[in-house]
Amino acid sequence: MANTKEVRKQIASIKSTQKITSAMEMVAASKMKKTQDTMLEGRPYSLKIKDVISHVALANSEYPHPFYEERAPKKACFIVVSSDKGLCGGLNINLFKQVILKSAELNQQEIGSCFALIGTKASSFFKSVGGEVIAVAEKLGDKPNPDDLIGLTKVVLDMHKNNDIDQAYLCSNSFVNTMTQQPNVDQLIPLAPEEQSEAAPSQWDYIYEPEAKELLDGLLTRYIESLVYQAVIENNACEQAAKMIAMKNATDNAGDLIKELELLYNNVRQAAITQELSEIVGGASAV
Amino acid sequence: MNTIKINIVSSSEEIYSGEATMVFATGSLGELGIAPGHTPLLTGLAAGPVRVQNGSDEETFFCSGGFLEVQPDLVTVLSDTAERAESLDESEAIKAKEVAEQELANKDTTIDYAKASAQLAEAVARLKTIQKLRKKQ
Repeated sequence: MANTKEVRKQIASIKSTQKITSAMEMVAASKMKKTQDTMLEGRPYSLKIKDVISHVALANSEYPHPFYEERAPKKACFIVVSSDKGLCGGLNINLFKQVILKSAELNQQEIGSCFALIGTKASSFFKSVGGEVIAVAEKLGDKPNPDDLIGLTKVVLDMHKNNDIDQAYLCSNSFVNTMTQQPNVDQLIPLAPEEQSEAAPSQWDYIYEPEAKELLDGLLTRYIESLVYQAVIENNACEQAAKMIAMKNATDNAGDLIKELELLYNNVRQAAITQELSEIVGGASAV
Repeated sequence: MNTIKINIVSSSEEIYSGEATMVFATGSLGELGIAPGHTPLLTGLAAGPVRVQNGSDEETFFCSGGFLEVQPDLVTVLSDTAERAESLDESEAIKAKEVAEQELANKDTTIDYAKASAQLAEAVARLKTIQKLRKKQ
């Protein structure tokens, strides 16, 4: 039978763990609000640039951009957006599972894969399982700067330009609500052509200053960057939400454990008293 | 009075949204003045002020570069958050590559799919077990 001192020690240690997890839950809750705000602040830009891109697609441009071109795929690049820190439930694992499934599927069609990784968790995962990693961006913090992602995006786009890759996928979690985060693997390149609406005949074209090629290159690069940035800030909001839920569960579990241990503690104490009494009674009758 | 809609956004926030009688901006080829009904135009922006006039009111924003799209009834300014130069982009790209190389030096570049799936399956199973345990209680 366990002794009372041991059980008491265990209860104390679980209580201190519970304090930590409940503090982390509160931190995550307040950060979640902030990351959600950041996510919403970034939305106007991505909506506007999407509008512009769809206008451009409608215009009767003389320059078809390579990002729209369907090439026979030989190699694909996955941009994987993960969190920097753990303790957020299955958030990253579920995403990696989707990525690996997709990559294995492409592998069967003899399409190679390479990876551009955002977040420490992704780089440590691919470190352990292997895979050709072409670029890494880590430790972006709670409020990532769009400029921190320029390098990584450029590496991917340059590889596309040099025909080293033919497809690019953006893999990240999308924020459904606090309880639910959906891992997604979306095709980034080739860009899905916008649906041509019947009402707007493409008779017109822009005046381009300077050249159409130069402008569209720049604009589409910004568009891809904005998609990646949007994915990163959305993934941040997901991370905090998942962390809050995970920590809430941990706090609740600690509470349950403490209850069980307190019951055990009382049992042990009672048993000790009973034993002592019976010893005294036994001793008295022997005299 | 005839007005044109104007939106100024940067990737981290919405800067301005409203009506204007005239918009002035610094295009990559020179100063631009845009009045309502302007022909469709797409241009790069150089670092400089963007002035929005609405009647006698005037507001000025600084823009460190980006793009400007004009539709007859709409002006969209996609502002960059920082000044962008080809050389700067290049050095950022090199940095991202270097981190990748450091992290994963001397390593097999083919994925061991079996190992990856096994690792993931284990992690998922662990999470599922935790969930089941919770439900039981």
